[in-house]
Amino acid sequence: MNALFAFDLLGRLGWNQFPTNPIEMGGAAAIVLGLLFVLGVITYLKRWKWLWKEWLTTQDPKRIGVMYIIVALVMLLRGGGDAALMRVQQSISVGNNHGILSASHFQQIASAHGVIMIFFVAMGLMFGIINLVLPLQIGARDVAFPFLNATSFWLFFAGMALVNASLVVGDFSAAGWLAYPPLSELRYSPTVGVDYWIWSLQVAGVGSLLSGINFMVTILKMRAPGMSLMKMPMFAWSVLGSMSLVAFAFPILTVTLALLALDRTIGTHFFTGGAGGNAMMYVNLIWAWGHPEVYILVLPAFGIWSEVVSTFSRKKLFGYTTMVWAIWTIVLLSFTVWLHHFFTMGAGADVNGFFGIMTAVIAIPTGVKIFNWLFTMYRGRISFKTPMMWFMAFVVIFTIGGVAGVLMSVPAIDYQVHNSLFLVAHFHMMIVGGVVFGYFAALTYWFPKIFGFRLHEGFGRLAFWFWSVGFLTAFVPLYILGLMGATRRLDNYSASLGWQPLFIVAGIGVALIGIGVAFQVVQLVVSIWQRDQRRDLTGDPWNGRSLEWSVPSPAPFYNFIKQPVVTVRDQFWADKQSGKKPMQEYEDIMLPKNSGLSVVIAGCAFLFAWGMVWHMYWLSLLMIFGIIITLVVRSMNPEPEYRLTAHEVEKLENARKRQLKTYEANV
Amino acid sequence: MSDVPAAAVELELRREREATEKTFVGFWVYLMTDCVLFASLFAVYAVLHNNTFGGPSGYDLFHLPYVLLETFALLTSSFTCGLAMIAAQKRDKRQVLFWLGVTFLLGLTFLGLELSEFRHMVLEGNSWRRSGFLSSYFTLVGTHGLHITIGLTWMAIMAVYTWKRGLTDQVRKRLTMLSLFWHFLDVIWIFIFTIVYLYGKIGV
Repeated sequence: MNALFAFDLLGRLGWNQFPTNPIEMGGAAAIVLGLLFVLGVITYLKRWKWLWKEWLTTQDPKRIGVMYIIVALVMLLRGGGDAALMRVQQSISVGNNHGILSASHFQQIASAHGVIMIFFVAMGLMFGIINLVLPLQIGARDVAFPFLNATSFWLFFAGMALVNASLVVGDFSAAGWLAYPPLSELRYSPTVGVDYWIWSLQVAGVGSLLSGINFMVTILKMRAPGMSLMKMPMFAWSVLGSMSLVAFAFPILTVTLALLALDRTIGTHFFTGGAGGNAMMYVNLIWAWGHPEVYILVLPAFGIWSEVVSTFSRKKLFGYTTMVWAIWTIVLLSFTVWLHHFFTMGAGADVNGFFGIMTAVIAIPTGVKIFNWLFTMYRGRISFKTPMMWFMAFVVIFTIGGVAGVLMSVPAIDYQVHNSLFLVAHFHMMIVGGVVFGYFAALTYWFPKIFGFRLHEGFGRLAFWFWSVGFLTAFVPLYILGLMGATRRLDNYSASLGWQPLFIVAGIGVALIGIGVAFQVVQLVVSIWQRDQRRDLTGDPWNGRSLEWSVPSPAPFYNFIKQPVVTVRDQFWADKQSGKKPMQEYEDIMLPKNSGLSVVIAGCAFLFAWGMVWHMYWLSLLMIFGIIITLVVRSMNPEPEYRLTAHEVEKLENARKRQLKTYEANV
Repeated sequence: MSDVPAAAVELELRREREATEKTFVGFWVYLMTDCVLFASLFAVYAVLHNNTFGGPSGYDLFHLPYVLLETFALLTSSFTCGLAMIAAQKRDKRQVLFWLGVTFLLGLTFLGLELSEFRHMVLEGNSWRRSGFLSSYFTLVGTHGLHITIGLTWMAIMAVYTWKRGLTDQVRKRLTMLSLFWHFLDVIWIFIFTIVYLYGKIGV
């Protein structure tokens, strides 16, 4: 108790917390130098004011979406770097050769890889894409609570910053991406690693929860007039499903992390080995969040596939109603399968049997979706643009991964492959092949709507081929290794096992993926370079079907001149068929004012978490007051919105049309 | 503003109505997420409530008349909070402030009673460190107490707004949300009273 309230200025922070071995120092240096470089460039270009006014304080969901995606892509490089290190280690660390990483450092990298890829890449891309597309798709000018939306993003950013700070000061959790106790308890992980893990997820998780509420209300209350739920684009449906899961699953994560934090700081006994704690309760709780989390990520990807497949097949989506039912069946069932992550706990045959059956059942609605996409393509006029290529890879990889999942839903089989690389291969096929490929397709598909020009198709294809071939090369060997008995997170193994060749093949696969990523970077650079030739002048580059394509590219910050009225599904497609033009009538538009308070709140949250990690409790306490005061200041602001008059809208629109003329002249 | 056409005024009113609706739907969804949070803590309590590790059980520790006093304080505060809302509907600022004050004092009483109960237990050596049961007891009841603290802070701020700004649309909207929050905490307490204290005293 005394330690808790003592005025201990630096807590447990000291000089010995800075890294000393070469690889860790390299990581720390990369973070620090990268940060200094970015700050230096901004200062050199004198862009601070611009950055603050146009980006950091913005409440425009499209800009917030872009910031989410930038952070997520940078984190993809970091998480990918972790993956490459692990693959190198496992390719060479055989017998007496212990490779390039110490055992503890390897465990930290494995944990960081999982945490970063799920929370800061997949979640970041998901919220980014939702921010970009969802309001446009349902004919809204904004989300329900713009300030909350910006705050969610900055909380996500604060969590990300905390994970990366662990590279420079202290260490990261070495207890796996979900930090099972008793290993993650104070007794076995006495350093700050697990605390970094807890608090970065806690901060980012609260941001996700608030986003979930925000987008639920956006969809339920802000659809264009006439757009009944059953007339919504499928992406909007999938987001509604996903966000409902966020609202019901993330509080469980909040509780679980808080209980582990209490165990580690004030000596409670929730998950400890003795004194009446129950470690298996942690595993139950974390998966009661964790399994829905998988569907939180994949449902929006399903929505994206629905949009992509129907657009590039020139057909309406096959089986719209069954798609909607499939989404909600998945939402419901996703809360009834969590125990399949630990059949080996020994809950008994009845319990395992129930969860095994539920797990197998969830394959049915998923299969319905796959068939619906295939039937959408059937007799369609398919054009194989990059998003469609990603879809083709997705169908193959996701089906292989899904079938492996159904296999593991049988408890007796799961006993054999539990915690093995077979499982690792399975979930990577679901989350990379299903989720990340979907988000890549979405980025290519909606890029012109946000930036006004198309991505380079050729480099996109090259990236696609290296990614998908590399991906299969990296993960098919893991199925075989898993069946041979290789468990997850091995930093060294005996040569006599004969695993090394397969690990080397997997390593080559990751190298191929690396080339794919390099081509994505090249694609982006080349596309920006050639942006004048790649302008999307029509606003409808793919012959799209939903409302976002009815506005010009890049979409104006007010989204719609006049809120559209919807009478059918695929309203924009119907309008194109009937030759109906949107009305040119200007009206006053109310838009949220910029606010820097979201950044302040997230800054306080970061320092609060920092104080909790390093036991600087005075700092945490101070920051709680900081957040309360900021909220009060925000609540005093009587006019959080401003009026963009019809006249100003007209001027902006005329300027845009003039700009368009110059582009047309250039082409 | 007299030359504003009637259609524009109509539009403005609709916008305000929609904004209010959005806020309430959002707040209800938030309350449901909080409900899941408490549900998780109840589940944890259900798992650990027999893990006393040789220490005292709920049967040994709980004193029902005392808890009944807490319950009365909190339930009465919910009633007075309702009276404050009725006064807000009638646009009676002084009454709103009066009933908010009563609610605040009752809430503070509840919090004081709870903290003194906690203090008593800790001083007897039965803190959250004693056993898994006590860890989950303190966390479940304490999280409710933390919510009450947040509610009281919010109430104090809203009292200042009511006093300074009067019962504007915005203030009444926020008061409504505050009362939803307060009643919600009451409902949670009913569950705590039943599941933790009553069942604890029966010794199940």
